Amino acid sequence: MRSLAEIEQRLDELEAGAGVSCTVAAAELVELGEAVLEHWVNAKGLAPTQDTREGFRLLALHRQGCTDDPSFNACRETCRELAYHHNLLTSDAEHPATPQRLLMMAMVARHLFLFVTGKMQVAALGDFCCASRPIRQQAESRETG
Amino acid sequence: MSTAKGKYQKVAYYPGCALEGTAHSYNRSTQQVGKALGLDLVEVKNWNCCGAMEVKNIDPKLQTYLSSRVMAIAASEMKMDVVMAPCNGCYHNLKKAEYDLAHDPASVQVVDRLSKKAGHATYEAGQVETIHALDWIMHGIGEDGLKQRLKGSLQGLKVANYYGCMYTRPRHIFPEKDKGPGTESTSKPHFMDDLLGAAGAVNVEFPLKTACCGGAHTLSDSDTSTKLVLNILRTAEAAGAEVIATECPTCHSGLEMHQVRAEKKFNQPTKVKILYFTQLLGLALGLSPRQVGVHENISDSLGFLREKGIA
Repeated sequence: MRSLAEIEQRLDELEAGAGVSCTVAAAELVELGEAVLEHWVNAKGLAPTQDTREGFRLLALHRQGCTDDPSFNACRETCRELAYHHNLLTSDAEHPATPQRLLMMAMVARHLFLFVTGKMQVAALGDFCCASRPIRQQAESRETG
Repeated sequence: MSTAKGKYQKVAYYPGCALEGTAHSYNRSTQQVGKALGLDLVEVKNWNCCGAMEVKNIDPKLQTYLSSRVMAIAASEMKMDVVMAPCNGCYHNLKKAEYDLAHDPASVQVVDRLSKKAGHATYEAGQVETIHALDWIMHGIGEDGLKQRLKGSLQGLKVANYYGCMYTRPRHIFPEKDKGPGTESTSKPHFMDDLLGAAGAVNVEFPLKTACCGGAHTLSDSDTSTKLVLNILRTAEAAGAEVIATECPTCHSGLEMHQVRAEKKFNQPTKVKILYFTQLLGLALGLSPRQVGVHENISDSLGFLREKGIA
């Protein structure tokens, strides 16, 4: 498994234009997103899934990372943007906007990397993610106690 | 005027704490835009904190009560049907409280007990509709109505619309969204794009419109927040944006402060300007930069706006 430092370095290279075709770069950016999520799933003590969801292992890994940890929902759309850009780039590689789309995809992948590594640096940081706090708390609230 | 539009002509206004402090320009511009559009705001009497993230993290049901009190006052004392909260945090919390009170009997009990103890009517789910400032303008005026009232234009201003995380998440507390044409989308929100586009702005393709700004990390892990914000700023610039339009005080102040910090700490300067969408709409409606509080922002955009002929 690639280290986080290796993932970051490759993101830098792909954002700068790594000299590979857009379809190869798009596939690699999805793989880098998967590698980021594998780190998160591993940190939770789980074996990263090999399943796919809507054709993407990335989305299956995100779903696995969300389980019992709703704060991880905050990168749902980021993962879906990666999948969207992958489809955009591979379905019409000759489109004039391809270089721009590839750049945007690399920056979305970087956001996923920053979000997940930020959470991993500070234990329980996700507990302070206000948009994703579980609606139904398992523990009884103090008021009902 | 259609009935649906009429419902939003006069609403209870819940500014929330941030709009009395760091986001004063959002408060000012929201009220000014309301006046310019002929929409009435009646501030909720004696409103309290929505519970924000602090109370919610310690005791979620207490947050539900705090948010319910705001809605109870609007419904029972002010006889209002609609509460408008421009702050994403307040909007999110009132929607969450609404959901809880409709689905969780334990929350209903807690809210009833605390409301009686505090001496006010207990809020019951469904008494008011909570909306965001974007809903208020979109449903109360609409794009065509806005166009009819323009006195200026954003004339080709390239804008990245940044909605933040709380406007659409979690999806189940926003049952009115994702209902097809005319409704907001939780995965690709567009109301801000639509309104600013109607005012002449060019909305750039911005793939991070709902991404995390690191707002909740800003004190516990400032470097992560700065890096997340920097990526948002750089992505907006790479997308061609001259301005990032915001609708959340936490996102807005985070973008402004970490833009400065990114330059100082990481030597990564960015030029993109940061303005509330209400400030941009206000300028297009002929209001002055001072009327919409441009001078109150950290991000200094006055010279830029003048250069573009917008201010």
